[in-house]
Amino acid sequence: MFDTYGLQIVGTGALVAGACAFVGCFLILRKMAMLGDAISHSALLGIVLAFLLTGDRGILVMFLGAAAFGLLTAVMVQTLEGSGVASDAAIGVTFTAFFALGVVLLTAFAGRVHLDLEHVLYGEIAYVPWDVLVLGDTVLGPKAMWTMGAVFLLNLFVIGLFYKEFKLCAFDAGMAAALGINVALFHYMLMGLVSLTTVAAFESVGAILSVAMLIVPGATAYLLTENLAKMLGISVLIGVASSAGGYVVATLLDCSIAGAMAGVAGAFFAAAFLFSPSQGVVTRRWYKRAVGLEGRGVVQ
Amino acid sequence: MWALISDPAVQWVLAGTMLLGVSGGVIGTFALLRGRSLLGDVLAHAALPGVCLSFMLTGSKEIIPLLVGAALAGVFATRAIDAVVQHTKIKEDTAMGVVLTVFFGVGVVLLTTIQHSGAGNQSGLDDFLFGQAAALVRSDVAVMAAVAFVLVATVLLFYKEFKVLCFDRGFGTGVGLPMRLVDGLLAALLVMAIVIGLQAVGVVLMAALLITPGIAARYWTERLGVMLLLAGVFGGLSGVAGTLVSTLGVRLPTGPLVVLSATVLFTVSLLFAPSRGLLAKLVRFVKLKRKVAAENFLRDIYELYELMVDRPSVADERLLARGIPLEALAAKSRRGAHETRRLARRLQAKGLIRIDAHEPEPTCSLTQAGIEAAWNVVHRHRLWEMFLMHEADLKADHVDRDADDIEHFLTPEMVEALERYLKLHQREPRLLPSVHPLLES
Repeated sequence: MFDTYGLQIVGTGALVAGACAFVGCFLILRKMAMLGDAISHSALLGIVLAFLLTGDRGILVMFLGAAAFGLLTAVMVQTLEGSGVASDAAIGVTFTAFFALGVVLLTAFAGRVHLDLEHVLYGEIAYVPWDVLVLGDTVLGPKAMWTMGAVFLLNLFVIGLFYKEFKLCAFDAGMAAALGINVALFHYMLMGLVSLTTVAAFESVGAILSVAMLIVPGATAYLLTENLAKMLGISVLIGVASSAGGYVVATLLDCSIAGAMAGVAGAFFAAAFLFSPSQGVVTRRWYKRAVGLEGRGVVQ
Repeated sequence: MWALISDPAVQWVLAGTMLLGVSGGVIGTFALLRGRSLLGDVLAHAALPGVCLSFMLTGSKEIIPLLVGAALAGVFATRAIDAVVQHTKIKEDTAMGVVLTVFFGVGVVLLTTIQHSGAGNQSGLDDFLFGQAAALVRSDVAVMAAVAFVLVATVLLFYKEFKVLCFDRGFGTGVGLPMRLVDGLLAALLVMAIVIGLQAVGVVLMAALLITPGIAARYWTERLGVMLLLAGVFGGLSGVAGTLVSTLGVRLPTGPLVVLSATVLFTVSLLFAPSRGLLAKLVRFVKLKRKVAAENFLRDIYELYELMVDRPSVADERLLARGIPLEALAAKSRRGAHETRRLARRLQAKGLIRIDAHEPEPTCSLTQAGIEAAWNVVHRHRLWEMFLMHEADLKADHVDRDADDIEHFLTPEMVEALERYLKLHQREPRLLPSVHPLLES
């Protein structure tokens, strides 16, 4: 099962998971998880516009277009929030409008744009091993692996460099501002990383998997620890495990690999929901029983 | 275009998108106020595994079983979100994100399993997700009309309960309303709206119909009843407008255009709505800024005149004839010379000051109306100074934060106390207008 092909897919999935989980944890802590979903949808408009304006189907142009619109979404949401719209509503209005415009342009110019809507949404990580990076005469492995690896390293570098600032902004933005940290700058830096990561990920593995990896491993890790550094580490591990597990499931069931990876990540989350040492629904019931409180009316 | 509208096929599509817009707007308003705007987005995505499972079990592409599957998945997704939020420290947005992506991921797994298993006739399932408004036929619209009717009727029937749920859930529980049941009913109505919408406009765009008309309506009113009505109208209008625009060209998809119409309505509301719109806010801001600038200017003139007298006296013509150089006014505040001249001209137009073009430097003096206005401003300002100095001794909880003038703001007793402090600190305005009430008595 784990031949070169399989390893390359699992490797790409693991890199996606690592890159996404890293920034995803901060989104979760800042209660902006749905922004990842919004950014990945808005990116469609960026891709279509980038193509229509430059006529270039090169990967870099589309990448830049998508990342720009991802960032624009974050800015729009922030602006609307500033003018009194609730945060979730601001997200909803912005990304649906961008997505709708993207679909209209895509359909109107369908003859000239060979962008497959389903492909963008579901992604096809299965094709990753065939799109290889060639330098001179040497084949350097799948392109997606290199892109995701670069994004992963970038996230690691930026967050590692400003770890303290990001941490403070996530937990207590007011205090961060009082200490003289430019909260807005770090907000948009995070948004920039999120849109870069989401876009890079969905270009190779589809929107669903990228958003799933952004939110689900981080949420699972959040249930398992109280420590940010551990949360980051655990989320990356869970992401990697979901990637490997998803590939196995997909091979067995003969189904979409990206979907299966999201499904396995969901299974990890469900397990943490039930059996997390401190938060699990079942574990807490065990504790109560062990202490002998349940059934005597002391604790429900 | 009229030829197109009289086409029965277009009429069915029009009726369908309009009904969808109306029911989306009405239900979405409650979801919005409940703080769950994105639930629509989540449920729309979460419907996928339900649709696929229903197809796998029944093998039919009939609309009713697919809708039932979608609805069951939606209910399950809502319960999952509630359970995660209730039992763990995870917040609602993350719970929604997890449920959305995991359900959709599982849905994609099922969809691809169906495709790879060679069941053959699965092709319609994709349309179910991306929407095919143009393919709406009479029987679809009949289903939509029935569902929309049920939705609106339920909302009217349980209007009070939903209102309590959105604004003060604790109060509802306190008076013995089954709030969890009401919340569940709202989620069920959302699921119904989404399920009929999926087929017409698809997953993402149905989410928009639930969010956008409601927020647009929020800008125009502070009353829930009016907001619901407006949201329904906005939704219906977007449906009609989007459909009509899409008939103009060959390659214009209906669903996204409906959403864009709703977005246009939202943008118009955001910019131009009275009192809550950005333009109205800007106008208010500029007006306030001008008012403050004018008041500061009057205060500056007044205080310069005040330096010329050493005890309380009436501002007579002789005193006012000694004009204040504009340069001195500019120096007193941090206004530039240009800004000072501009303000002076504006106040002259209002008849509050006179500008005298003395050489080498123009001066200005207060008119009778001007000295009255200036006394008022300075007096009020100094009362506030006293208030801030002695806030701790006064009953600050008697402050009514909605009024502007100090007399409306504080009780008469407090204003009296402030006047006493004013005397004590010798901060009473020394220059009195001739018609001042204190002098008349």
